[in-house]
Amino acid sequence: MAVSAVAVATLFATSACGGGDSDSDSAGGKFNAGINKVANASDKKGGTLKFIGVQDADSWDTTRMYYGFAFDFARFYSRQLVSYTPEPGAKAIDLKPDLAKDNAKITNDGKTYKYELKDGLKWEDGKPITSEDVKYGIERQWAQKTLSGGPTYLKDVLDPDGKWKGPYEEKGDFEGIKTPDDKTIEFHLAERNGDFEQMLAMPTNSPVREDKDAKSKYALKPFSSGPYKFQSYTPNKGLTLVRNKNWDKKTDPLRKALPDQVKVTLLTNADERDKRLINGDADLDLNQRGMDSQGRATALKQHKGNVDNPQSGFISYVAFPQSVKPFNNIHCRKAAIYGTDHKSVQTARGGPMAGGDISTNMLPPVVPGYDKNDDQYGMRDNGGKANVAKAKEELKKCGKPNGFSTTLAVRNTDKSDMKSSEAIQASLKKVGIKVEIDAFDGAQGSSIVGNQQKVKDKNYGMVLYGWGPDFPSGQGYGIELWHSSKIRDNANNNYALIDDKKIDEGLDEAIAELDPEKAATKYAEVNKNVMAGAYYLPLTNLKVVQWRSDRLTNVYSAQSFSGWYDFASLGVK
Amino acid sequence: MTDHEHKDDAVPAKKVKAGKGTDAAKAESPEAESPTAESKAESTKATGTTGASVTPEDAAPARGAGGLASSGTAAGEPELEKQPPKAFLEVRDLRVHFPTQDGLVKSVDGLSFSLEKGKTLGIVGESGSGKSVTSLGLMGLHTVGQYGRQRPHLSGEIWLNGQELLTADPDEMRKLRGREISMIFQDPLSALHPFFTVGDQIVEAYRVHHKVDKKAARRRAIELLDRVGIPEPAKRFSSYPHEFSGGMRQRAMIAMSLVNNPELLIADEPTTALDVTVQAQILDLIRDLQQEFGSAVIIITHDLGVVAELSDDILVMYGGRCVEYGTAEKVFYEPQHPYTWGLLGSMPRIDRDRADRLIPVKGSPPSLINIPQGCAFNPRCPYADVPAGGVTRTERPELRETQPGHLSACHMEPEDRQRIWTEEIVPKL
Amino acid sequence: MLTYLIRRLFAVAVMLVVIILAVFCIFFLIPKWTGTDPATMFVGKQADKESIEGIRQKLQLDDPVLVQLFEFFKGIFFGRDYVGGGDTTHCSAPCFGYSFRSEQEIWPVLTDRLPVTLSLALGAAIIWLLIGLSVGVLSALKRGSLWDRLAMTGALAGVSLPVYFTGLLSLAVFAYQFDLVANSFTPFGENVSKWFSGMILPWITLAFLFGAMYARLTRATMLEVMGEDYIRTARAKGLKEPVVIGKHAMRSTMTPILTLLGIDIGALMGGAILTETTFSIPGLGQAVLKAINERDLPLILGVTLITATAVVIANLIVDLLYGVIDPRVRLG
Repeated sequence: MAVSAVAVATLFATSACGGGDSDSDSAGGKFNAGINKVANASDKKGGTLKFIGVQDADSWDTTRMYYGFAFDFARFYSRQLVSYTPEPGAKAIDLKPDLAKDNAKITNDGKTYKYELKDGLKWEDGKPITSEDVKYGIERQWAQKTLSGGPTYLKDVLDPDGKWKGPYEEKGDFEGIKTPDDKTIEFHLAERNGDFEQMLAMPTNSPVREDKDAKSKYALKPFSSGPYKFQSYTPNKGLTLVRNKNWDKKTDPLRKALPDQVKVTLLTNADERDKRLINGDADLDLNQRGMDSQGRATALKQHKGNVDNPQSGFISYVAFPQSVKPFNNIHCRKAAIYGTDHKSVQTARGGPMAGGDISTNMLPPVVPGYDKNDDQYGMRDNGGKANVAKAKEELKKCGKPNGFSTTLAVRNTDKSDMKSSEAIQASLKKVGIKVEIDAFDGAQGSSIVGNQQKVKDKNYGMVLYGWGPDFPSGQGYGIELWHSSKIRDNANNNYALIDDKKIDEGLDEAIAELDPEKAATKYAEVNKNVMAGAYYLPLTNLKVVQWRSDRLTNVYSAQSFSGWYDFASLGVK
Repeated sequence: MTDHEHKDDAVPAKKVKAGKGTDAAKAESPEAESPTAESKAESTKATGTTGASVTPEDAAPARGAGGLASSGTAAGEPELEKQPPKAFLEVRDLRVHFPTQDGLVKSVDGLSFSLEKGKTLGIVGESGSGKSVTSLGLMGLHTVGQYGRQRPHLSGEIWLNGQELLTADPDEMRKLRGREISMIFQDPLSALHPFFTVGDQIVEAYRVHHKVDKKAARRRAIELLDRVGIPEPAKRFSSYPHEFSGGMRQRAMIAMSLVNNPELLIADEPTTALDVTVQAQILDLIRDLQQEFGSAVIIITHDLGVVAELSDDILVMYGGRCVEYGTAEKVFYEPQHPYTWGLLGSMPRIDRDRADRLIPVKGSPPSLINIPQGCAFNPRCPYADVPAGGVTRTERPELRETQPGHLSACHMEPEDRQRIWTEEIVPKL
Repeated sequence: MLTYLIRRLFAVAVMLVVIILAVFCIFFLIPKWTGTDPATMFVGKQADKESIEGIRQKLQLDDPVLVQLFEFFKGIFFGRDYVGGGDTTHCSAPCFGYSFRSEQEIWPVLTDRLPVTLSLALGAAIIWLLIGLSVGVLSALKRGSLWDRLAMTGALAGVSLPVYFTGLLSLAVFAYQFDLVANSFTPFGENVSKWFSGMILPWITLAFLFGAMYARLTRATMLEVMGEDYIRTARAKGLKEPVVIGKHAMRSTMTPILTLLGIDIGALMGGAILTETTFSIPGLGQAVLKAINERDLPLILGVTLITATAVVIANLIVDLLYGVIDPRVRLG
């Protein structure tokens, strides 16, 4: 979800205005009524649920989408073998059977997952959904040449060496997934993976029927297995979903399917989006990235009851590419960590409400294993202030007692990242580290900061970025950032180039752990090691100011979607 | 409209530039006008000689001063009832002043003359002498479309056929324009609208004063085009100005100005923009047409030769005033004013050596904001020191009758003038 | 006249080809110069080398520029197929490229959005011509008057205030505060009166900017024209002042205005980006803004071509109108 993280941070600007609580009890409810509880619980059906957004999905094809809001929205028209519990907060992470009758029967030392499908499952044209359809839908992610863009977790787990070419290029059955009959599906994993069901729950692994697969153009009209189907869609303009008459509520306890219609309007102007939200023209923000500064101020001042301030799964941080001197030396990295004034960065990002809390480690609060007390550099203890004495001490150990110069790469598309970079620059100057800020084209990130050679050429000793979990687990968040196997020449995400045996092994072990609680403990340990290695300088755990209209019912922030509202449960008064 | 205004007019500082006509007067200094200039003889009344004009005795009897060079109505003197004159056209003490940022531009400053039907008056002078301003004044075009501060001040009287034009209702005046008084302009290319056909422009001129249908107007226009010597007039009717030659355009312009049988035709430098050969044809045409239509004609030109042939009377203007006035014969063959001598020198002669030729007037026309004290011509006059005691620099010369019906405004004694004319000028002519 | 038209249309065609060549080369070179790879922008964050290669192949990014160019022209007349990774994406004629970002052919996007932008531009043009001409003419006639000064101050404001400022202000006041007009765009085909209500503010906002420019131009031109000899002639004929101004002066004043109008409307076809963004009107401007943000080169290319075509055609129309207004411009 790095892509979404880019945009999240763009929309945080200037300071959040607290304002009074004059209207904290509006028709919509109370401030934070949708946090850890359900705001306006209701089972009333009918009406039109109106989304408004400033960004279209990267794709509405379930195989190709990667934006978090697209995953969330895809559950309107797609079902998975297992899916998230429709309950607020952390409970949402628990997976419940969706197409499957029950959770997986795990055998073969955790390497085989077997599901049986429910009876009465139907596509939008009334034909039954078979295990073959589920298999085909999952196999589509092998066809990266045509269906690029989406995550490939299942592909990596089932076919780590990339032997199979995918359904478009190679006919014949893939060995990793078996369908003994129309109702049964089996997955054969190369390695044990404790998050396998979490991966399966991603809409990436929704069923697709082969005769309805328009390949690259499937995104324009996905074929529905869920409660709603596409009526119309014009890219960058909007879409309308209507009820899928062949969807049967009896087979689907996870989706409330209250409104008769779901409408999405797409604009280009965030201010205008906020105005229409406040004006009541739309119910909620499709992109779920929070209101822009102006709308935020108005909302908090005049309609605080319509506002939730959930914790998102995104951390904004600085990575230290070890290929750039002197950050190959741990003490120089530590010096930069101690020398950074978190309070000023938080202020630069919009304060506690819009910028989020100061983060002291590299796991986001929505991921199991998050440990609030993991504060190895005493950031919280120090009140968020820079620890100048410690920083100077580390500089001496690094052999640079008089400091050094480096370049900080920052996305030019992100206002609060730009501001944060200035705050970092100012605080590091005090300890003798001269930071030159280099703003790069945010849309080209993967071929700039993701390109190892470029990072070296441009002397990017620090890369300011943001990241959120693809699925709510340490693996879903950290594997791309921390594991040495994920270091790539191009389109790299492990900017810090962490090649640390202890971390690799820790991750592998945690992944192989099938017990979620034990796994969480292991991820916490990995996180500790990441922080001990001083590969990253965490900045803030982003929060968003989210609008919820007066008409909206069944609203709650769910950890399954990085703290965003669970769309599939929403209804309108 | 009275002389009272003149004092106030001395106040300069106008934000906007004056409209048409001021370009002739290059304002050089923003200095306020000397109030004493007022008390000097400020109006010049030129009156009659043979045929074309009334005698001095008849001229403007109500003005009290029967003299040849009477001064204007003095401030404070009770204004007398304006009396219509006997002449077809009579201009009395015409003043046209343009307020500009730099001061008041006195383009015409006390001009009087008269003209009978069927006669031709030539007004001669350099550019900036006020002759074109005079003609536009007669047309009443100075005030059309001019609002606010840039609106020029006009005073004096213009009598046409017993009607005073300066005080006439603007719409009355508009109805006279084009019907009673019409005008031929200097450059027919710019004076004709480039986007309309020649025929349409003539038709428009006719129909604005005659309630006739388009067909009748078209017939009339073609008739006129034919009369002014345009071949295939019915075909050329639909041509645009740029499709005509220069001479043809001027013929068309003349056709347009004659389409309503005007009683007074003003031709403002009608031949300046034309080839020499065409010039003669156009002048012949104007003369023929005048005889045919019997209109009074005013020809305005800087070329003394043109008017000498065509006019009955000639009026020489300098610095917004008349400096010499008389029959064409007198003014051309026995000019009395050094400026007129200079104009004679400006006429192109190919039969003489350069060294032998009379020297044209040197220098440039005076600023009409700061007209030189004394004689306006003195800075450029080769004989400025001939009159005793430097009087040319202190006193403005009155317009005096030097011979019956021949007036000039010069301080020189008649003997001196005669001597210089015969000894210095004539040999070089 | 006919030969002239044929000659001009031929020139238009040649020009468009040149524009395509230029734009195409620029877009071919941009990724090379900036060292970025369009293919990596289409893949997910876990992309391996092979899938990037596959995309490069499907997008034909590795072909020589001449081959790409040939394919592009071929696509315009015969349509084209993008083949790769076991999938064939067909783009039917006239194919002006295919956006792999949003998986759609460019041509339908353009034909979908062009009418919206056209209605915005033309509606605004009518208003700004009415306002600009009348204010400009009155100011010229009453030069230096209080009216003139007020109008020209207003015009200066119009020229200098950005569209998003006036637009947001008018939205806040008229749409949100007093609820006089709609605050959002409704397609013409859906509800005509809602469409009109939603277009009023964008029209006026755009017209305010352009009307101000036109008022200034009209005033300056009118002042110049009023000083022309033929205006004096018209008055000397005894024509009434309204005729002198309305017929003789206006005809000449229109010439430069018309030139500007042609260019302005043509340029607006590229999208009144600010106006469309401010009022969230789904026209070409929004499309191109999105395309730029997402580096969707085929869409940028398409909109560039539309704009260029519109400017060229608008100029052709202006030239033809010139022939009608000014007989000195003879066509043939």
